[in-house]
Amino acid sequence: MTIPLADLVTILPEMIVVFAACVLLVLDPITPPSKKDWLAWMSLGALVVCFFITGATMNDRVFAFSDLVVVDAYASFWKLLLYLVSGLTILLSMTYLKEEGIDLAEFYGLILLSLTGMMVMVSGADLLVIYLGIELMSIPLYIMAGFKRFEARSIEASAKYFILGSFSSGILLYGISLLYGAAGSTRLADIAVAVDARGLEDPLVLIAMMLLIVGFGFKVAAVPFHMWTPDVYQGAPTSVTIFMAVASKAASFGAFLRVLLEAFGGVKPNWNGPILVICIGTLVLGNIVAVVQTNIKRMLAYSSIAHAGYALVGLVVVGWAGTEGAVASRGVSSVMLYLAIYSFMTLGAFSIVAILRRGGLEGEELEDFTGLSKRHKGAAFLMLLFMVSLAGIPPTAGFIAKLYLFMAAVDAGLAWLAVVGLVFAAVSAFFYLRVVMVMYMREPSATQEIETRLALTPTTTVVLACAVAGVVLLGIYPSPLISVTTFAAIPFR
Amino acid sequence: MASLIFFYFAGVIIVTATLVVALRNPVFSALSLLVMFFHVAGLYVTLHAEFLAAIQIIVYAGAILVLYLFVVMLLNVKREDQYHRQGPVAVFLGLTLLAEVALVALSGEVPVAPLGPQGPLAAGSAVGNTESIGEVLYTTYLFPFEVASLILLVAMVGAVILSKKGILGSKSS
Repeated sequence: MTIPLADLVTILPEMIVVFAACVLLVLDPITPPSKKDWLAWMSLGALVVCFFITGATMNDRVFAFSDLVVVDAYASFWKLLLYLVSGLTILLSMTYLKEEGIDLAEFYGLILLSLTGMMVMVSGADLLVIYLGIELMSIPLYIMAGFKRFEARSIEASAKYFILGSFSSGILLYGISLLYGAAGSTRLADIAVAVDARGLEDPLVLIAMMLLIVGFGFKVAAVPFHMWTPDVYQGAPTSVTIFMAVASKAASFGAFLRVLLEAFGGVKPNWNGPILVICIGTLVLGNIVAVVQTNIKRMLAYSSIAHAGYALVGLVVVGWAGTEGAVASRGVSSVMLYLAIYSFMTLGAFSIVAILRRGGLEGEELEDFTGLSKRHKGAAFLMLLFMVSLAGIPPTAGFIAKLYLFMAAVDAGLAWLAVVGLVFAAVSAFFYLRVVMVMYMREPSATQEIETRLALTPTTTVVLACAVAGVVLLGIYPSPLISVTTFAAIPFR
Repeated sequence: MASLIFFYFAGVIIVTATLVVALRNPVFSALSLLVMFFHVAGLYVTLHAEFLAAIQIIVYAGAILVLYLFVVMLLNVKREDQYHRQGPVAVFLGLTLLAEVALVALSGEVPVAPLGPQGPLAAGSAVGNTESIGEVLYTTYLFPFEVASLILLVAMVGAVILSKKGILGSKSS
């Protein structure tokens, strides 16, 4: 038995990331503590190499390993986004982990392995591969959520995420096994044929589809499968929260869209209703519960739930009856655009929380932000920028993201859904702008005045600069990203 | 002869399965569970599912049962009447299941053929099923197989990080 070289070349980025992770895990014990940063730089180097390889092969559409893996523009888009987010997470962690006293080089290895899982997920053309990708993504996240072993909240986050995550994996796997029973194969293409042949009212396919929606709904933190999100996001170390809120959500959406469109593309009316209900529920609950939160990390967790609701609007557009090919593809590309922009702004907001962690100030409660503009103008202004963008106010990127999503909804004849989205965007403006109000209009207390000392190192500065560049530049000049997402959504036309 | 072997395995399975719930000492329960697992594996062998039989022994008898025993011994469960309140629930669930089985058996509509089209493994009956599973695992399904190995690696690293003392500073915040 020989493996065709072409197959190995197709998964070259995955192999590089895994190789870097293994080298890192082996080198870690023999690296002196003062040189540990080099391991982080090495993993960043691997990510940069992968970025260029994936970027260069974006135009291809290659199947490998007996059609279990597909590398197309769609997968490549998500991979590029994931490299970027993982790289920025690693950069931020280099400072943040030292502040928290949890600077283990294994952390970077776990990030890389989790990234591998995400890459496998978005390029899986087979439910088994996608499932294994989800597990490979999640298990490092469970571990990293419990990295602050000496803090009860971190352990709680880890245990909660692990138990609920395993449960949702079980549900997903049950759906996959039913589909295998129906199609005799786990490949998305074969399942599509079997699903089309069985038609709209086949109970077996319906049950399997609902189970898959529940499983993926959990991974993207959509209501009513969101219960774990606030506790886990709050308890986990902040840089892990960033990785979960941004990278794992993007990868889950990537796989979710592919499964729905490739396997269930022929029975759109079946999944459109449940997705619509989940979408509206997520918008309502995410935005309204966020209003009463006083902990910034918890508020951002609900905000990330709400943003999953916005991204689901794109899915509804794709599945809406009578949607033409071009509009359906607009739906896909608007989801991709939304999540790319969401990544920048969420990453930025959580990074501010992370760098405020230094020196006594916890930086997690809303009160910790009191009068931040008096104490540190720069940090306050950046937070203002991210909050405005999250609320979707022009000229930031958050506005462009929502604009494209709602325009796609209107084109699909879903103007009322766009109105619902807009109403809840207005609700969300309340709690985002409250942070701004607290920072700019309240006087800091005397103790806060003394204790302000941001964890601003060159690496965190780079992270913030990237996030700001994404939020501002994409807000002013979004057309390159729009053309990339439009191009990457083509496989589903 | 074949039916004699079947009735031997089936009889022992029923007896030992009853003993698992009837015995008072949890260690004895676990041991009768072990005997049951072996006889289920024997049943698989009579069905020419050698691979499944081996997996049954390795996974259930080797791993899961040892886990049970660890828990039983670590927790040192001495109180026997702890779970007796669940009696009514158990009777209810048992009767429901029995009714379902009886319904299916009496209706005469026992599905004989598999639900969907046959998978790739059914075709390779010329060689033993262990060989064909191995072959498929290392050719067609090589990629997911390797991903599964990465999952095991992650689990191992994670267990060390989360449990080993002294590798994470116990900084009080």
